[in-house]
Amino acid sequence: MEATVDKTGTDGKTWGGGNRPLNASYGKLMMWFFIVSDALTFSGFIAAYGFSRFKFIDAWPIADEVFTHVPFLHGVPAPMYYVAFMTLVLIFSSVTMVLAVDAGHRMQKKKVIWYMFFTIIGGAIFVGSQAWEWATFIKGDYGAIETKGGKILQFLDTDGKRASVTDFAIPITSERGTHEESNGIWYDAEPETQTTVSYAEVLKGFEASPDLLIRSQELVPNMEKLRASENPKDIAEVARLEREFINLDKEGEKAIYSREVGLAKLKADGKLVVQGANLKHNEYGHPLFANFFFFITGFHGFHVFSGVVINIIIFFNVIIGTYEKRKSYEMVEKVGLYWHFVDLVWVFVFTFFYLV
Amino acid sequence: MGHDHKLEIFRGLWKFKSNVTKIWGVFFFLCVVTAVEVVLGIVKPESLVHGRFLAMKYLNWIFIILTLVKAYYITWDFMHMRDETKGLRRSVVWTAVFLICYLILILLIEGDYIYEVYKANYVKFNF
Repeated sequence: MEATVDKTGTDGKTWGGGNRPLNASYGKLMMWFFIVSDALTFSGFIAAYGFSRFKFIDAWPIADEVFTHVPFLHGVPAPMYYVAFMTLVLIFSSVTMVLAVDAGHRMQKKKVIWYMFFTIIGGAIFVGSQAWEWATFIKGDYGAIETKGGKILQFLDTDGKRASVTDFAIPITSERGTHEESNGIWYDAEPETQTTVSYAEVLKGFEASPDLLIRSQELVPNMEKLRASENPKDIAEVARLEREFINLDKEGEKAIYSREVGLAKLKADGKLVVQGANLKHNEYGHPLFANFFFFITGFHGFHVFSGVVINIIIFFNVIIGTYEKRKSYEMVEKVGLYWHFVDLVWVFVFTFFYLV
Repeated sequence: MGHDHKLEIFRGLWKFKSNVTKIWGVFFFLCVVTAVEVVLGIVKPESLVHGRFLAMKYLNWIFIILTLVKAYYITWDFMHMRDETKGLRRSVVWTAVFLICYLILILLIEGDYIYEVYKANYVKFNF
């Protein structure tokens, strides 16, 4: 008798591992495991975005005003179009991917190669577009003033359109010396980016152009309900709103200060000019919006990038005939699952950053 | 594995001759849904912006429902969930849907609560 048995007599039967209730290969199941956990990661990020948005609902930027650019159409406000294009590119690359999987099932190597190629191109276009979107967002367009309390004041002209700080600011000539390491013990390097105009110049320009107004970061509440209330706190709130704002009939929109109140706020609380967005300042509204935008689209963009790299590897494997020899194109199916997942995440990012 | 595809969508309303035509059909459908979203996002019809259901604008309900529709067809037809076994489908979808709903519910209620606290001046902004 030997000490170990190499056959249990149950091979192929249920208790010998012969039962495959999910009828999927090990590799595909593991990809699904990964996708579920990655989906939960993304949900965590997007739900955190929702949390911060609800917390600062007044100060949250209006997506339509943030993403209004299309390449080669400078100065033409076109909200949504470019991001709609990006969405279609990604969905289309998903289609070519699933066509590659389908061709793989039927062992058509040529077709798999071409469809994989188009998928990679689509992914590259998407990542490039995302980079362009970032660059535009970082650069900004109208500029705004940040107050000491960290709020954003945006400027409007008589038509209620946004006015650019660089257009109305009046230059003040001053000597701006550069502090150098050689002439100071306490030396701080200059910040890398300077705004094109200063707070004092914007204030001077605002004083000189009586048509300009300032938009606050408060949303106009339901005034009817508030006016009907007997609560002394609500009565005081109505009095304050009527004193400060001029567009109280537009429920749900950002409230606009009257000229006098706006000027007083700008003088008393204004601190610095913000142009564009980074992790600390954001001319469109609350800085957290920029943080989440960079983090979530960046994390998604990283997924797209790694998806493209993995697709390229599989693409070359298909070309050299690895899967032809293996007699199965299942590997294409597995990276396909990942690629569709990236598309799936984008569908949600698109909704929560650009639409809702 | 996966060679036999179910070739109908919309519960059998739209049948396809082959897997390839089904893929193009689903692509067409996704494009239409995206186009509707984009048009609504640009036009923002007055009636949909002001009406609310469960504290959310009608327009946002439409966006979120259309997003879930798109997610369904991407998962079911592009990721071949339609052709997988019931067990695989449920262990992926139910787990994720349950956890995500829970997370969203908790975080959004909490976020709104903090907003109200700020607004009611328990914490004062220096503005």
